[in-house]
Amino acid sequence: MGLAKRIIPCLDVDNGRVVKGVQFLDIRDAGDPVEVAKRYDEQGADEITFLDITASSDDRATTVHMVEAIASQVFIPLTVGGGIRTCDDIRRMLNAGADKVGINTAAVFNPEFVREAAQRFGSQCIVVAIDAKKVSQEGEEDKWEIFTHGGRKPTGLDAVEWAKKMVDYGAGEILLTSMDRDGTKNGFDLGVTRAISEAVHVPVIASGGVGNLEHLVDGVIQGKADAVLAASIFHFGEYTVPEAKEFMAERGIEMRL
Amino acid sequence: MTLASNKTVAVIDYGMGNLHSVAKALEHVADENTQVIVTSDPAVIEAADRVLLPGVGAIRDCIGEMYSTGLVPSIQKAMKEKPFLAICVGIQSLMSHSEENEGVDCLNHFAGNALFFGEEHKDYDGSKLKVPHMGWNQVKQSIAHPLWKDIPDQARFYFVHSFYVVPEDKSEVAGTCDYGHEFCVALARDNVFAVQFHPEKSHKDGLQLYKNFLNWDGKP
Repeated sequence: MGLAKRIIPCLDVDNGRVVKGVQFLDIRDAGDPVEVAKRYDEQGADEITFLDITASSDDRATTVHMVEAIASQVFIPLTVGGGIRTCDDIRRMLNAGADKVGINTAAVFNPEFVREAAQRFGSQCIVVAIDAKKVSQEGEEDKWEIFTHGGRKPTGLDAVEWAKKMVDYGAGEILLTSMDRDGTKNGFDLGVTRAISEAVHVPVIASGGVGNLEHLVDGVIQGKADAVLAASIFHFGEYTVPEAKEFMAERGIEMRL
Repeated sequence: MTLASNKTVAVIDYGMGNLHSVAKALEHVADENTQVIVTSDPAVIEAADRVLLPGVGAIRDCIGEMYSTGLVPSIQKAMKEKPFLAICVGIQSLMSHSEENEGVDCLNHFAGNALFFGEEHKDYDGSKLKVPHMGWNQVKQSIAHPLWKDIPDQARFYFVHSFYVVPEDKSEVAGTCDYGHEFCVALARDNVFAVQFHPEKSHKDGLQLYKNFLNWDGKP
């Protein structure tokens, strides 16, 4: 009894199509974003995340139209991320029907942007996305660093300290992606998930590396995540959202069934 | 005489952002004779058959905008005479006072306060609970009400909030939820109903609540 842990299918959208790459390479087509979002809504997904990974800004208008189309047909929370750099970008996505926006690179280059956005739109709609990679060697104390540009550029920022700072600045939620796990199907990096979840008072969404339903359970129980995000295990029909929820519920996790 | 059968529901726009979701959800369940109007015009609110008061963001900004747009009299008048639904920060704005933003006096329709969960919020077993209370939680229906029609008791609704309402008159509580402790998430008195959760984000049970609101004659 109580608050349920959430399952969030993620739509990585490139040029108007849902795609999924293995560590951002080898991109596979997974369908039309509106159709995919509707399918997850019907399956009982708790939220949907729409991540615009289109490299050029030319297609931003397409993204706005897609968000509008999804928001008028899907009545669960919708987070939109990718290329959010200004308060105007946020306003445009919220007006299109997004409930929350994900801020990633822009937060790293300009942390004050998070503060400004939270003050203007409220913390409840500001999700700070953190891309972390383990940088400590075996035998050393665990350490994770923030990376930008799809995991290619190190920033020197400690992931746990960064998460705390972002919450102080007004982030209402943290979307944590372990870049060295993303697309590998080896499971979440539970160490960094737990370290950040225990360090902040806002919800943490675990992302990156889900290959089976056991990984989702691990993310919640060992990683202390409040929500789990996954893409390819759902896109390509390996598992449905209800299967994932039932599996997690059987393991004693509070779920919305 | 199609005009005569037309019904309108006014979604009050007092400058606090995103009303798209609320309007879309109402349109989704509205019949062909019902028009959903997002408005900041007192005349439109006055003429509407029913009124929805949304709310998002911080309470001081919400109350401030309600006053600066001059909509408080329209809101108070609507609460006296027609089916009226307040959601999320909307429910908090109807209390006497909120402790958010160092304390803000609200519209005082329901006697009582909005209180902060606290950053050190704990579950019954002492474990840490995240604040905001974000996600899907179960709502226990404290009373039978037309707005709960066809919604199962303990159905899950979507919440995002850090403050919760504590009404003085417990007979006004229409629903409760549990997060570290039991608290009120729905209030009802006469033609006014208010909920802390977001029906427009709560899938089929949320849409059902909006449908019930559109069919409600304003009687408890």
